Amino acid sequence: MFLISVFLAMQDAAAPEGRTEFWTDGGSLWLPPQSSTTAHIIDNAFYFILYASTILTIGVTIAMVVLAWKYRRKSHAEHPRPVHESKLLEMSWTIIPTILTMIVFFWGFRSYMDTSIAPSDAYEIRVVAQKWFWTFEYPNGMVVQNEVVVPAGQPVKLVMSARDVLHSFFVPAFRIKHDVIPNRYTYVWFNAPEEGVYQVVCTEYCGTGHSNMGAKIRVVGRDAFYEYLATGGAGGEDLPPAEWGERLYSSRNCNTCHTIDGSAGTGPTWLGTWGQTRAFADGSSAVMDDSYVLESLYNPGTQIVQGFQPQMPSYESLMSDRDVRAIAAYMRLINGVATAADTSLALPEAAVDSTEIETTPAGPDE
Amino acid sequence: MAILTQPAPIVPATTAYPPGHEPVHNYLREPAPGPDVKGFARYWFYFKGWMTTKDHKRIGIMYLISIATFFGLAGILALGIRLEQFTVGETFMTADTYNRVFSMHGIVMVFLFIIPSIPAALGNFNLPLMIGARDVAFPRLNLFSLYLYWIGAAFILYSMTTYGVDTGWTFYTPYSKETGTAVLAVGLGVFIAGFSSILTGLNFIVTIHKMRAPGMTWSRLPLFLWSIYATALVQVLATPVIGITMALLALERFMGIGIFDPALGGDPVLFQHFFWFYSHPAVYIMILPAFGIISELMGTFSRQRVFGYKLVALSSVAIALLGFLVWGHHMFTSGQSPISSVVFSMITFLIGIPSGIKIFNWIATMYKGSVWLQTPMLYALTFLFLFTIGGVTGIMVGALGVDIHLHDTYFIVAHFHYVMMGGTVMAMLGGLHYWWPKMTGRLYSERVGKMSALLVFLGFNLTFFIQFIMGSQGMPRRYYDYADMPWLEPLHQISTVGSWVLALGLLLVLINGIHSLFRGKLAPGNPWGAVTLEWSACSTPPHPHNFHATPLVTHGPYDFYAIYSGDGAVAAGEPAPVPDVTIGASQPDKPGDETS
Repeated sequence: MFLISVFLAMQDAAAPEGRTEFWTDGGSLWLPPQSSTTAHIIDNAFYFILYASTILTIGVTIAMVVLAWKYRRKSHAEHPRPVHESKLLEMSWTIIPTILTMIVFFWGFRSYMDTSIAPSDAYEIRVVAQKWFWTFEYPNGMVVQNEVVVPAGQPVKLVMSARDVLHSFFVPAFRIKHDVIPNRYTYVWFNAPEEGVYQVVCTEYCGTGHSNMGAKIRVVGRDAFYEYLATGGAGGEDLPPAEWGERLYSSRNCNTCHTIDGSAGTGPTWLGTWGQTRAFADGSSAVMDDSYVLESLYNPGTQIVQGFQPQMPSYESLMSDRDVRAIAAYMRLINGVATAADTSLALPEAAVDSTEIETTPAGPDE
Repeated sequence: MAILTQPAPIVPATTAYPPGHEPVHNYLREPAPGPDVKGFARYWFYFKGWMTTKDHKRIGIMYLISIATFFGLAGILALGIRLEQFTVGETFMTADTYNRVFSMHGIVMVFLFIIPSIPAALGNFNLPLMIGARDVAFPRLNLFSLYLYWIGAAFILYSMTTYGVDTGWTFYTPYSKETGTAVLAVGLGVFIAGFSSILTGLNFIVTIHKMRAPGMTWSRLPLFLWSIYATALVQVLATPVIGITMALLALERFMGIGIFDPALGGDPVLFQHFFWFYSHPAVYIMILPAFGIISELMGTFSRQRVFGYKLVALSSVAIALLGFLVWGHHMFTSGQSPISSVVFSMITFLIGIPSGIKIFNWIATMYKGSVWLQTPMLYALTFLFLFTIGGVTGIMVGALGVDIHLHDTYFIVAHFHYVMMGGTVMAMLGGLHYWWPKMTGRLYSERVGKMSALLVFLGFNLTFFIQFIMGSQGMPRRYYDYADMPWLEPLHQISTVGSWVLALGLLLVLINGIHSLFRGKLAPGNPWGAVTLEWSACSTPPHPHNFHATPLVTHGPYDFYAIYSGDGAVAAGEPAPVPDVTIGASQPDKPGDETS
């Protein structure tokens, strides 16, 4: 449990995680630090082409400048004799680049083969991408969002599919990338030897929240990983509903579209809406209450508030009943109408004082 | 006497025009209407004269004005993109607006600017002049192509009035299916503009085959026309595919036929195959004509035969044909089979070779030449430098394993801007300066021209070179915000400042051009001492015919020595490099002045 509390404390810390600087953090001018066992294979190919290209470009530029300067026109009466074409020269600058590009091709091919095929003993995690967050499902059924914890020094295979449009899973530090597609499974794999936090970015354009569709890969030691798996990972079982809702608000990316400061995002704000009658685009309306929240999360298409587009995906398979009620509790909290049960796990004072224990139900919300 | 045995004498601006070439026949000038046509009807007369013209020169000019307008429009959008990236988080627009801005930037630049740019504007103007013909083979079709282009453009611009599209210029499904309906308007615009491209290509192929002047064998065809010819082949063969793709998109949307949408049983990767089957050859529609311009410039301004003429000519055709077989290199991470990725990677390297050969040949053209460093030549040298960088980074992203890391990052953005802007736009600017005296009858200021070339060069590299580094460090393209990577901010800021320098350079080009129209010195018939046919007519070619008599061609397009040597050699008149010449505005030869 100590590990878990340390882990949660780390999550709460405001300090940015992942990469905070560039070039001085072990990476080079061109590439991020090599944080997977296969990164150097890609980098070697990259640097070979980079150096060969640099030499070629400098050579071409020098030749160009020297010839342009040496044969610059000094008088308009100059009428140079035509140069006889040298077949040898032309052959040489046909054949040498051909050989060079074939070397590059084979190097690129080898590096692809050496990095793209996952080892058979890889630990498999399912990944689902949708607008605009990542869901990770462990073999034991545990589901987490936007932050996946994996063991260090262990090949990990991510089997991916998308729920709505194309996405792409890219981890610059691992040099891995693959598109995530609705109608098929694709995969990437990596083996990160060092503990740390690595940034995942979506690299296939997917709409409004495309640039916010990041995730973190947290690489931890083997023991910490087992501890993490055993405790359900997400933690928060012991949090009061409103606090748990607050955490869900950011971890499940509600904040991509819904603000809590009254301004309109892609979706309506959560501030000042609780208990209000909301008019829908189809002309109907409903009062914002627990049932409203449940319906909006599970069947978002049925309640499109006037002035907004039907953008929201269904969270039916992603949020438990408890999560839904936590979201509702958090909404009440920011709207200043939270109940005692929303913010505290303790039994109400009156109930504790009473001697008739059996008449004090631990009711869900009210 | 063969017209090419002597370069055209420099005709003093106000005297001795050959018959039929007097200023009154200047193609820019509409013959004055009768005295009874007054007021609005007078404007209508001129407007109608231009709108119903079948003269390839006028159509070329109208294309030029159109593409310049769209270039300006999309350029302003690009400045907006760069400005938004100046700081982490929102700088001055929302994510939705940003997505629309970069999408429209791409769509307008690709479909309305760069694809028609060189072939439709400079190609239309020069093709018949360079082969000694009166016009293209089908002048009426040529005008129709222009109208199609305008109609297509109208649909694309219409979508902007309805808050635009946010799909990027690639329209990847299924996103493009579920986003707003403006996608359909753009799709229709692309579909219609595509026909303009096909018909122009068809027109050029027939013209080059059938209308060359006597003596102009294939081996005497200027290299610009070889590449226009290769381009036309690609236009005719590849463009229908984008039309079909757009039609399928519409079918899916209206009739619910599952083609690309996985929800209907379609395959989104199939769309990518269709899209790139056109859009990769389209890259060669964009760059091949640029190769042609560079060949002209390197030859003329070095006063040498273009080194390895045959190799340069045939490599254009080779690139055009191989260009059909490499589309899969846009899809290494898309989920296509690894085997096809390997094959596509291999062919991609093969296509790099002819491009490399061309660069070496162009540089070798200067060897023992007489290199005249005027503005067009500066753009040509800029092209060689930038295109080399664009080319070698193309090799980098063609390598399979390396592309996995670089795909869909700023590295790709930088790579294609080096090829498309550093390549095509630099060549376009070079060609525009080169043919400007022929098109307008005026000389631009050399000093301002050189200054703007320098600014464009500096601004371009400042904007885009840093993007290679951002990309290989992991900055994905089409990102509104980079909050997860705040250390990128200074790099973005360098790029944004670069975009301002670049814009300033391009603005200077525009000012220089407009200034020359009104105040520029009158151009001699052949200010650069070039020996291709278009320079043998007088300063601005007459309307409707181009040549007083059909020319007879007895030399190759770059046989400077054979033409100039011997009898005292007529040197090219050097245009005065100062803009403050006083002749100009009051001259009777002023374009548009109908009082003479």
